[in-house]
Formats: sequence, C-alpha cells, structure tokens
Amino acid sequence: MSEHNDFEPVIVGFLCNWCSYRAADLAGTSRMKMPPNMRDIRVMCTGRLDPTFVLKALREGADGVLVMGCHPGQCHYVEGNYKAMRRIALLKRTLKQFGVEDERVRLEWASAAEGPKFAQTVAEMTETIRRLGPLNWKRLISSNGHREPKIEPESEPEREEVAA
Amino acid sequence: MSAKPKIALYWAASCGGCEIAVLGIHEKILDVANAFDIVFWPCVLDGKLEDVEVLADGELLFTLFNGAIRNDENYEMAQLLRRKSQVLVAFGSCAHEGCIPGLGNFSNRRQMFDWIYHDAPTTHNPDNVEPVAGGWDFPEGHVHIPGYWDTVKTLGQVVDVDYYLPGCPPEADRIWEALTAIMEGNLPPKGSVIGADVTVCDECPRAKNEKKLKKFYRPHEIVPDPEVCLLEQGILCAGIATRSGCGALCPQVNMPCRGCYGPNEGVVDQGARFLSGVASVIDSQDPEEIEAILDTIVDPAGTFYRFSLPHSLLHRVAMGRQDLQD
Repeated sequence: MSEHNDFEPVIVGFLCNWCSYRAADLAGTSRMKMPPNMRDIRVMCTGRLDPTFVLKALREGADGVLVMGCHPGQCHYVEGNYKAMRRIALLKRTLKQFGVEDERVRLEWASAAEGPKFAQTVAEMTETIRRLGPLNWKRLISSNGHREPKIEPESEPEREEVAA
Repeated sequence: MSAKPKIALYWAASCGGCEIAVLGIHEKILDVANAFDIVFWPCVLDGKLEDVEVLADGELLFTLFNGAIRNDENYEMAQLLRRKSQVLVAFGSCAHEGCIPGLGNFSNRRQMFDWIYHDAPTTHNPDNVEPVAGGWDFPEGHVHIPGYWDTVKTLGQVVDVDYYLPGCPPEADRIWEALTAIMEGNLPPKGSVIGADVTVCDECPRAKNEKKLKKFYRPHEIVPDPEVCLLEQGILCAGIATRSGCGALCPQVNMPCRGCYGPNEGVVDQGARFLSGVASVIDSQDPEEIEAILDTIVDPAGTFYRFSLPHSLLHRVAMGRQDLQD
C-alpha cells in the first residue's frame, strides 16, 4: 500500500466488561500513553459480540476492529470468550473472501491487571491499520460505479462491422 | 374492457422458478384471473412493454416483481412498474435478498464476462464476442443491449417496495395468503415480509439435542440420520438463521436448509447470524483444533450468504481487492 501520511485510523474496540474494559481503565488511571484512535464499546462479554457488530462497524467506516476479552479459562461467564474465539476465527475466514485484510480484525486477551498490555495492543493495532491504509468500505464497494463504463463503438472495431 | 383491477407480473435477474411458483396455487389461478385483469406477464402472456407504458401512474393495483437488479433493463423495468403500481411486491428471494444471482457480488462484470464469454470450458467463442451496451442497427432493425452492472442489487435497493414475499421460490400457500390479502384489502403494514417471524428450526420436526461438533460435512459426504437435527450431525443447515414460512421442507427430506427465506424477524445480516451459530457449536477450546475444524467448512462466505449477499451489510466483495481471496 502507498503512504498514508495524514491518515488517522478509526478503530472500534469491543471490550468485555470484566477484564479488558478494566484493563483500559487501569491503562488510563496509570496515565499510560496510547494513540487516541480507538473508540471503545463495552460489552458484557466477548461472547455477546454478534459478528454483525463487526460487519456493521466495518461497513459504517471503521478501518479496523479490535475485540478484547478475558484470558481463556477466566471468562466471567465460564466460556463466552471461547465462543468469541471461534466466531472471530470463522468471521476472519469469511472476511478474507470479501477482500478484507486479515489484520483489520483482531482478537486479544487482557485481564483487569494488564493495563500495559492493553495500551501496547492499541498502539500496535493503530500502527498496523495505519500501514494498511483506510478501508472506506462504502466507497470500496461502489467504486467503478454500478454500471459498466460507456464503451464507444469506435473503440470496438470488430463490432462496428457487425453493427454496419 | 373489463373493470377488473389491473395487475402485472415481471421477472428481472431470475431463473423463472418464481413464475412457476405462481402456478403452484393450481386451480386458484382461475380465481386470480377472475378477480384481476393481468395486463403484463411476459413469461406467460403476450403482453408488450407498451401496454404498461400507456397506463396511468398507479393504474396497476399491484405488481409481483421477481428477480434481482443487475443490468439497466432490470433497473428501468423496476422503476416503470413502481410508477405504474399502487402496490409493488418483491416476489421471491432474488427481489427480496439477491438470491443466487446475488452471488455475482463475489466477482464483478469483468470477471463474469471473462468466465461466461471466454474461459468457461463449455464456451465456444472464437471471435471473442461480448455484449456491448448501447443501441445497434441491424438490417432487421434496431437492437438495444442493456448495460451489465458490476453489482447485483435487490429490488428494495433501487425502488420503494411495499411487501416482500421471500423464498426460492415462495411457497404456494404464502403466495395465496398474499393474493387473498390483496383481494380482500386486508393488507399488512407496509414493508412487511410475508412469512413466519420465527426460524425454520421452529417448524422443523427433527429432534434437537446439544450440538457439539468436531467436523462439518457437505451433504454428499454423509448419510444423515432422518430423525436428528442436521446441524447436530455436522451438516451446515441454515435453519437457525432463516425465516420460516416454508414449512421446513428441505430438512424433512434430509437436505439442509439453504436459507432462501432470508433472515428471521429482527435480524439484519443472515450470514453473520448463521456464522455466529455455527461457530458457537464447535466443540473445541484450542485455537489450532478450531482452525482444523473450520477447514472442513468449504467456502464460508458463499455458504453463509448463499441467498443474501446483496442484502448483507457488506453488500459485495470489495472492488479491486479480489486478490485477497483464495
């Protein structure tokens, strides 16, 4: 991809209430520095994350989606994060077929004590997306228009014969 | 002429199955003919476009429009019939969701033409002729070839639609319900989808237990138990994410639901719903094993969005990004 010097990625973060949202709090109260590109949305559990949310974020203008939950085995609801693990894996395969780069959707674990990991993940994600460039889905899917380009008969000599 | 209300039936990008489905109401079609004056039904009657063009706006009581919108002709007919009809019904999965023609949104015009006119093994086209949009004069007369779009759209994405009758094709009972509702003037709220609110699973008689899957099968790879839920047996059955109204016909003959009735009430994106349900019944907590199990799902996007790609949140594959696909 080419340079995107003035491009500020829009990242939507889905954070679980019990671990990662608290990791974000800890990172904030510890005054850790991290890029301001992520918009956090708190969900009760990553198992609540309907893949629809991710698709909608990408469609509506997000350049990347970061999902963060409790470490495997530590889910407040026992196995919600395992469900997220499987859903995100399958979603990523599906998105690849749509032409969405793998790195644009990322699943990470951060416990309530892992403020530094949270800040580092957000920084990494921001840099990854900055390197990839904007997704701009609405423009991407409508580029080239929805109609074929107008072809002038002059540029198609073999068909001019037929037409005459 | 008769004072009966005028109606029309039209097909755009579709297979013709919906036309046959209308006749699936059997002898009741005579009641329809008694109640209405069918002025335009190109598949069955010799009506001409001019017969529609001379009508006043809104003179047609209703139009049953099947087929998706994928070229200029489809688009112009959708606009014309919208203008002439009081009630426009998106009839069948193509008009409702995009359906099988909508899978064209996994490619684009150039890729479609390359395959159809050049690369397909059954194509014989030594002069490399392709349709070129525009008006052409031949000794026999003037021919107009409509422009072919990169993207397939649903009827509701190009004109205002009053009702949706889902299905590939719609079931005869639902068609008759819709027709009687119109004949009796007993119409549901505008924008309604005529079908059940629940999923196919609710109508499916198979026994449903806990689902835990280590492997998925394609229908030809397994002989399913006729009594037990197909998804439980590892077959990708879309019943969990599909509106009912069909009577769960496919699962009753050992075939998985493919999802032709579209998402059930309240669901935005059928594919995401299907994907979510399938992923959650995988029986593993180990990332590597999960990937191995997912390897048994061939073509996830095509499976989850088999009938609903143009109507989905992402609408189509990114133009110019096909290089990322496998």
